[in-house]
Amino acid sequence: MAMQQHDASQAPPTGVSRRKFLLLIGAGLNAIAAALLAAPILGYVFASFGRKGPSQAWISLGPIDTYPENQTRLATYRNPFTRPWDGTTANIPCWVRRITGEQFQVFAVNCTHLGCPVRWFQASRLFMCPCHGGAFYEDGSHASGPPPRGLFEYEYKIEHGALLVRGGQLPTLAEPV
Amino acid sequence: MLRKVARWIDARLHISALYASTAGHTVPASAASWFYVFGSGTLLCFGIQIVTGICLAFVYVPSADEAYTSLTYLNEQQTLGWFLRAIHYWGSNFMVGIMLVHMAQVFLFGAYKYPRELTWISGCVLLLCTLGMAFTGQVLRFDQDAYWGLGIGASMMGRVPLIGANIVRLMLAGPIIAGETLSRFFTLHVFVIPGLILALVAVHLRLVLSKGINEYPEPGRQVTKATYEAEYKALLQQEGVPFVPQAIGKDIIFSGLVMLGILGCAAYFGPKGPEGVPDPTYIRTVPRPDVFFLWLYAVLALLPDYLETVLILVAPIVGIALLFALPFIAGTGEKSARRRPVAVLTVVSIFLVGGILTLMGENAPWSPPMEAWSGAPVPAHYIEGRAPLEVQGALVLQNKQCRNCHSLGGSGGQRGPALDDVATRLTGDQLVRQVIQGGGNMPAYGKNLSPAEVAALVAFMQTLHAPHAAVARDATVPERPDAPPTTGVGR
Repeated sequence: MAMQQHDASQAPPTGVSRRKFLLLIGAGLNAIAAALLAAPILGYVFASFGRKGPSQAWISLGPIDTYPENQTRLATYRNPFTRPWDGTTANIPCWVRRITGEQFQVFAVNCTHLGCPVRWFQASRLFMCPCHGGAFYEDGSHASGPPPRGLFEYEYKIEHGALLVRGGQLPTLAEPV
Repeated sequence: MLRKVARWIDARLHISALYASTAGHTVPASAASWFYVFGSGTLLCFGIQIVTGICLAFVYVPSADEAYTSLTYLNEQQTLGWFLRAIHYWGSNFMVGIMLVHMAQVFLFGAYKYPRELTWISGCVLLLCTLGMAFTGQVLRFDQDAYWGLGIGASMMGRVPLIGANIVRLMLAGPIIAGETLSRFFTLHVFVIPGLILALVAVHLRLVLSKGINEYPEPGRQVTKATYEAEYKALLQQEGVPFVPQAIGKDIIFSGLVMLGILGCAAYFGPKGPEGVPDPTYIRTVPRPDVFFLWLYAVLALLPDYLETVLILVAPIVGIALLFALPFIAGTGEKSARRRPVAVLTVVSIFLVGGILTLMGENAPWSPPMEAWSGAPVPAHYIEGRAPLEVQGALVLQNKQCRNCHSLGGSGGQRGPALDDVATRLTGDQLVRQVIQGGGNMPAYGKNLSPAEVAALVAFMQTLHAPHAAVARDATVPERPDAPPTTGVGR
């Protein structure tokens, strides 16, 4: 009690009191520290909004002889950007259509509507989706149903008799293959 | 002696004062109603989820490589692991269900009106958090449905303009659905959202204490901002009773029933899944969401595609904004549902639409059954007595996967119309056009059928009508009274 009275009597009549000054210094110090703490946390969590690492690479789908002409086959590859604990989820399928000779089309299995895996039907030469009934022609173009566009198609090249595609990420409408 | 110890402790912790201001707080006697049991029921479910969730986390491995194995271990080897998984699954079903009933009741009883706006809004956020728990929980059951469910979520996020790709990466924590995706959803399901829910429940209950529980509405009594709080105070003085023990009886009975219900369902139906290793190269899969999201699955199948992106991105924002704005739009006036026909109609139609969409999502008539073409043969009586060309056409119909979308004799897909009496709807020329050019949601088969196959297929389809039913004919060609009778044998 006595101390308080003493302080009160000591306080200058105008300007910032010692307590208020300490409070301001404390608040400012904590604001700086909080910003320094928040910046790395936000940077860590929202890393996807910053600079992106490589998300595409050339992936081998094996010798082109394994794909008969005028047919569409399911091929699988190990995603090039994996972690050791990814397990089977890093095995990615794709549809390889060998038109003729060195002419190919490689499609992601993900339906362009909502990403379900489309299946190839050789007899009717259609891809059908089991989720909402989208259908695509053999060249990947939209045939019927809700998909807003044709199948996502990989860029491909042939090197030393092997078929290579450029991939590595889940294709979506925002980032097709 | 014991009493002395108790008093000593109470003098330090002030437990009796805390009790009097919380469990013992005064509520209107009319609030001790069977309609007021759903909030505590939801909270009980959440408690069960916490306890069983912690138990499951003792064993579950949140790694893309091992999650599936740890789930089957829980199901098959861990003592009572299957039962705890089942309780956690059924607890979530009960929680969402009771929460929706609670919300409907609160809405119909006008409990969101002045001065309980924040109680309603915190409840709405709790609903969103609970749905978040339902989705992230479905992901932790790391099977094929979980994998493709994530793919669907990513595809929806990918439709966001400009920052869609960034959001997809934020959601998946990488370029593909894999190890870090599961870690991310595990963190959300186990740390982030439950923490939010606990905090919001505290706010929600604090508001129930500070603003009081809604009195049982009386038709004709209006809420006005000027008088309501004084009226409520007077009501508490007149006929207020302590919540414990006077008003909690029905809550306790309901909670007991809910617990028994969850345990009963868990024991009888068992846990859900996991169904199928999350291996994306296994594409012979038919992904389906859990029951809470079946309505959404149905909506996404039935919407016209030009509306889709707009509705996926805009409808949730508008819906949530409307929910939050409700107590400010209709914050005063009549509370009783008997005088609020629009409110009753809104609830009835939302539940009806949601229920019907869920049922449709369960049956998914728009999804082609992928094995129908090989698994559902043309019924024998559709082939009996047919000409060779027509029988050949039946073969084309079967081999070209037409049955994945069209049914015959009740089996086959429902995406396109049933073909049992297609000859009464389309003439031969129209059938040829439809097959070759497609249209109306049917792919064009022009490139995939030879002229001979088209001729056979159409010849067969022209026999598909009930005996003596009038067959579709070209109106520009005059009908000849001496024309020979059609040959359909039909059913």
